[in-house]
Amino acid sequence: MTEEIILRTSHLGKRYGNRWAVRDLDLTVHRGEVFGFLGPNGAGKSTTIRMLLSLVRPSTGDVELFGVPLHKRRAEVLARVGGLVERADFYLYLSARRNLQIIADLRGGLPSRAIDEALDTVGLTARAGDRVKSFSHGMKQRLGLAGALLGWPEFVILDEPTTGLDPQGIKEVRDLIIRLAAEQRMTIFLSSHLLAEIEQLATTMAIINGGSLVVQGNVRDLLADGAGDVRIAASPLERALAVVRTQPYVVNPRTVGDEIRANIPAGKIPALNAALVHEGIEVHALIPQRSLEDYFLTITEGASEIR
Amino acid sequence: MRALIANELLKTFAKWRTYIGFIAVGIVAPLVEIGLKLEGGSLVRNMTRGLTQDFFMVGNLFNAYFVTYFIMNSLWIHIPFLISLVAGDQLAGEATGGTFRVLLIRPPSRTRILAAKYITTLTYTGTLVVFLGVLSIGLGIALFGTGDLLVPGRTLTLIPEADVPWRLAAAFGLAVWGMWCVASLAFLLSSLVENAIGPIIGTMAVIIVFLIISNTPVALFTAMRPYLFTTYINVWQNVMEQPVAWADVALHAAYLGLYSVALYGATWYIFVTKDVLS
Repeated sequence: MTEEIILRTSHLGKRYGNRWAVRDLDLTVHRGEVFGFLGPNGAGKSTTIRMLLSLVRPSTGDVELFGVPLHKRRAEVLARVGGLVERADFYLYLSARRNLQIIADLRGGLPSRAIDEALDTVGLTARAGDRVKSFSHGMKQRLGLAGALLGWPEFVILDEPTTGLDPQGIKEVRDLIIRLAAEQRMTIFLSSHLLAEIEQLATTMAIINGGSLVVQGNVRDLLADGAGDVRIAASPLERALAVVRTQPYVVNPRTVGDEIRANIPAGKIPALNAALVHEGIEVHALIPQRSLEDYFLTITEGASEIR
Repeated sequence: MRALIANELLKTFAKWRTYIGFIAVGIVAPLVEIGLKLEGGSLVRNMTRGLTQDFFMVGNLFNAYFVTYFIMNSLWIHIPFLISLVAGDQLAGEATGGTFRVLLIRPPSRTRILAAKYITTLTYTGTLVVFLGVLSIGLGIALFGTGDLLVPGRTLTLIPEADVPWRLAAAFGLAVWGMWCVASLAFLLSSLVENAIGPIIGTMAVIIVFLIISNTPVALFTAMRPYLFTTYINVWQNVMEQPVAWADVALHAAYLGLYSVALYGATWYIFVTKDVLS
């Protein structure tokens, strides 16, 4: 990676009493990345994000944004960052536009065109004059995104942006993130407990568990190593299972309901298909179950065993 | 900074709780004045009963100024409650609403945000006290007319009509100054919790306890008295003395100012160093 480093944390830690919420966290985000930040509840994701945005003071370590230490030149650095931390909250008794105007003023006064663009981006132009009190959860969440995107900052930190949205809302937000990364060349830091979301959206990722970094790297690279389960729907089932068993690269073949499950390296799926067809078996489907979810569970279980 | 203050004022004055104080004053002041009007001046007659035998009283003593002074005297314990309603909400309200996460992840420093909120709190406090004054005097003039101001106390003081306006202005100025101290206390308590109820009750509890200490004739309490801000908060009454003890007024006002500065300093320290977890 030769791209400019947007965010770097070194030995970042936060201690509450005797408990470390985050410990010794080293993260690196480069320009143009969609960085997925993944971890189970209570892993320290939220505490980390609060430290990145100066809501929480780190006990140890540093946050560097655009190569500048956050605690030294906070205003300069945060002027280039948009953020949405946890649930999108607003001044409920003010209109959506007024809420964005407040954020624009905090950002040092953005033109009203920036507010129009942000409202338009999240599809709230028609409701701009209404009090946020009358908004549904999904609309508030979209308005929260609008607040984060106001004035098109170089770097946007989004903390679980799809939480509580309906499927349509989730799709819209995800499409929006893809669009922002592609069209605006925005660098996005995305935390999520939705594993599929990170898999779908992120280019690089870090997994955190128990406050510590488990792994960090390119999403595709991380998913490429190791094997995963493949669902095999074929008939007749018994003969298909026999064929699967004879393949040398197959681990732990078994039947689950009227399907076969087996652990197969991603690259061997065409070979398995060929072998089944060669034996005259009808193959209805070969569905890789390898997902970030499996990966995540393997890796976090491993981590908890180590400790 | 101007935009920060403008937005804090807008947020405060867009909340309906801000108007509770104005509504309360807007009901109580006219109610008292109408009540006094119906009494028909018996209050003043009672106060001057002994005097009318020896002196010949001229002019209208039962006037707007007397009524205003009467209202100020009876309300200065209750106004702190109306102030804490808004001052106690300034920081705690943002925590309750989760909006610190909107406010404090942007470039302006916490010091500047806090200053904008404090200025807003002081503005509200001043506006409420001035509203009380303008309403009392305005309605008083309409109902009773003007005249010399009779100041009840250990001795009766009579302030000539020409002197009354500047004295009332000074009294209201000092009343605002004292109430800023109350506002600072509520503001401090507001930085400690995530719900406005605490600061409101806390402020009133402090004032009540301080007043009990101030008014109970026990040696220990007497020794504590000089250190309580409530001892100085009625400094506005001093400008109604004849002649005015300006040195005392200045000293008491300075104590109140020191209190406010200390309370704000403590608030600043807490606010700037705290982790925002709401």
